[in-house]
Amino acid sequence: MRLDISKKAIAGIAVATLTMTGLAACGGDSDKGSTAAPAAAGVDGVDDGSELALWTRAPLELQAKALVDKYNSGHKNQVKLTIVPNDDYVAKVGAAAGGGQLPDLFAADIVYVPNWAKAGLFADLTDSIAKLPYADKINQAHLAAGTYENKKYVLPFVLDLSVMFWNKDLYKEAGLDPEKGPTTLKEFKEQALAVQKLNKPGVNGTYFGGNCGGCNVFTWFPMVWASGADVMNPEGTKSLLNGTAAKEVYATWRDLQAAGAIAAGSKDETGATWVAAFQQGKIGVMPYPATLLPTADKTVKVGVAPLPGVSGGESTFVGGDGIGVSKDSKKSSQAWNFLAWLMSEKAQVDVLAANNTSVARSDLADNSFSAKDPRVALINKVAGSAQSKTPVAINFQQAFNAPGSPWVTLFRNQVYGDGSTLDKDNEAVTQVLGQQ
Amino acid sequence: MTVPAVRVHSLPGRRRRRLSSSLAGWGYATPTAAFVLIFFVVPIGIVARMSVSDWKLFTGDQGWNSGKNFQSAMDDNLLWPAVWFTVKYTVVTTVILLALALGLALLVQESNRWTGFLRTSFLIPSALGLASASLLFYALYSPQSSPLLGFTDKPISFLGTPMSALWSTVALIVWRYAGFYMLLLLVGLQSISGDVYEAATLDGANRWQTFRRITLPLLRPSLALSTIMCVTGSLLAFDQFYILTKGGPDNSTITIVQLIYNSAFQGRNDLGRAAALSVLVLGVLLIINVVQFRGLRGKEN
Repeated sequence: MRLDISKKAIAGIAVATLTMTGLAACGGDSDKGSTAAPAAAGVDGVDDGSELALWTRAPLELQAKALVDKYNSGHKNQVKLTIVPNDDYVAKVGAAAGGGQLPDLFAADIVYVPNWAKAGLFADLTDSIAKLPYADKINQAHLAAGTYENKKYVLPFVLDLSVMFWNKDLYKEAGLDPEKGPTTLKEFKEQALAVQKLNKPGVNGTYFGGNCGGCNVFTWFPMVWASGADVMNPEGTKSLLNGTAAKEVYATWRDLQAAGAIAAGSKDETGATWVAAFQQGKIGVMPYPATLLPTADKTVKVGVAPLPGVSGGESTFVGGDGIGVSKDSKKSSQAWNFLAWLMSEKAQVDVLAANNTSVARSDLADNSFSAKDPRVALINKVAGSAQSKTPVAINFQQAFNAPGSPWVTLFRNQVYGDGSTLDKDNEAVTQVLGQQ
Repeated sequence: MTVPAVRVHSLPGRRRRRLSSSLAGWGYATPTAAFVLIFFVVPIGIVARMSVSDWKLFTGDQGWNSGKNFQSAMDDNLLWPAVWFTVKYTVVTTVILLALALGLALLVQESNRWTGFLRTSFLIPSALGLASASLLFYALYSPQSSPLLGFTDKPISFLGTPMSALWSTVALIVWRYAGFYMLLLLVGLQSISGDVYEAATLDGANRWQTFRRITLPLLRPSLALSTIMCVTGSLLAFDQFYILTKGGPDNSTITIVQLIYNSAFQGRNDLGRAAALSVLVLGVLLIINVVQFRGLRGKEN
């Protein structure tokens, strides 16, 4: 295990070196006014052949590459894209932020954006965004998450929505209508149980990431919203996950677990493979990331519905990544040129919609691509629904996404335990959310 | 030598030689010293400084915070479970790994036609990085891809309960490191002179007596080295749990280093708190290693 130790030593050295350069850079960077406000450069910013650096995390590689290639081919500015593995992204951004070495543009998981905006990682874009002619059509959930103390810091980069997917072939076999997905939680449970009753080897009713906080934030929160309830107070400091609607959601999954309708492995699913089984045609119905529709379509006949609540309702988790200009960028006017283009119809429809990704402007929800596939049109539509949200909390990562977070404890006790610890577990979530 | 003749005459010959040899000594030591200074002393200094500062991941150094990091680290309700789990894991791993490595070393020490093949096959897993090995086992354990499930009717949950997650990880580590420790012990075994065994045989010692009275005592230095490396390595376990279990199920497999990593990068994003934990771990490791050195060397002298 000597190898281990030396590897750790090297990692330590790397962190230390980064922080040392950080110390050096902090000293010289005290005049924060050096970044010119991009608004001064007009609606479109500056396209003068600058090289811009852009960081994003690996799950968005497809969309990021397509966007950057298209931008580079039509502009003098050239964007240089860096893809970082998902689990390393926070650490990499943190090290660069401390060292004053953030790239000109960087994307962030939208649920981390409030925290990063508060920490001052982004440049203020309020005036620039206001000048965009379609400013009021940009996805409101993302904009709200990127607003801190009335200043706007980010625009939607790539939307990732959660919707209900079902396997049409399995539905037909189970005697269900293959064109009709669940519209209430009860229907979801019944349809999953019906597929389970086929007793086909290797095939199960449904699946979820039983040890993955992020997966169930993404798929269960909308079920609460669709029931007309909320998961947190508006400030994001108090958890409301012991409400009546939330209890119904837990009960649904607990019943499915008790009936053996959840595929094996869900209990220790950390999120690395939670989408795999459905793609292999082994799952009847489950909440799923909408961005994976083209991938799932290759192997399974997929039906798509919004996530339902206790008695109807339509919701989705408006996830994905926001993007902003960093505090360290010396070329903010050029960086804004990329962002302004990103919001344009050319980028939204010709690149994002063409790659089966949801558009981030409500006025473009109906476009030539969604016209071809009613499922895509449905996904675009539900993104703008009033019940669709991006939850905002400064301590979101620690409360929900982090391994071993109180949210993971909460839902595991609900699904695998008897559920009696709900109030105590909910209090633990509140305690983390309320931390200063 | 291009030293001017005049100066040679002005210095007594012996002093000159001493001077130049001490200069050469410094010259030899400088690269190592610089390395130790830059890559060891300075980082530890920075960590120590971080541990007493309000130092968040995104905002950097915000100044002295008078030990609040240590307070907050000690108040973590996962700290003691993590300590207990790390110790449990270390004991289990060390005992199994060393016993198995010793057995393997004894098996392959004498040469016959299979030795080369056996030695190589035991050692091959050591050529794989720990992270890659962990990913390999992740696939083996995953109910969605595991070939092991073909043999049973009922799906086995390798990582689903605290106990099975611990033993599944131990299996990975034993597979990955047994060959390496076998090699260490093999070197020790082969340095024992054949004369001693011959003398023992002449005295009528049986196999067990030879092993107990000759092999084990003479193997002590190699065993000591292996134990110290294995204990230190296991106390610092991270990669395998980070990849296989992420600390789950229900926070039952969180090790100390994972707790540090989580403090720094997963949620709290508080480098000061992580540094405080690191300093505590460093202190404990120092004590453990001093005790081990004393205990394992004591009888030898």
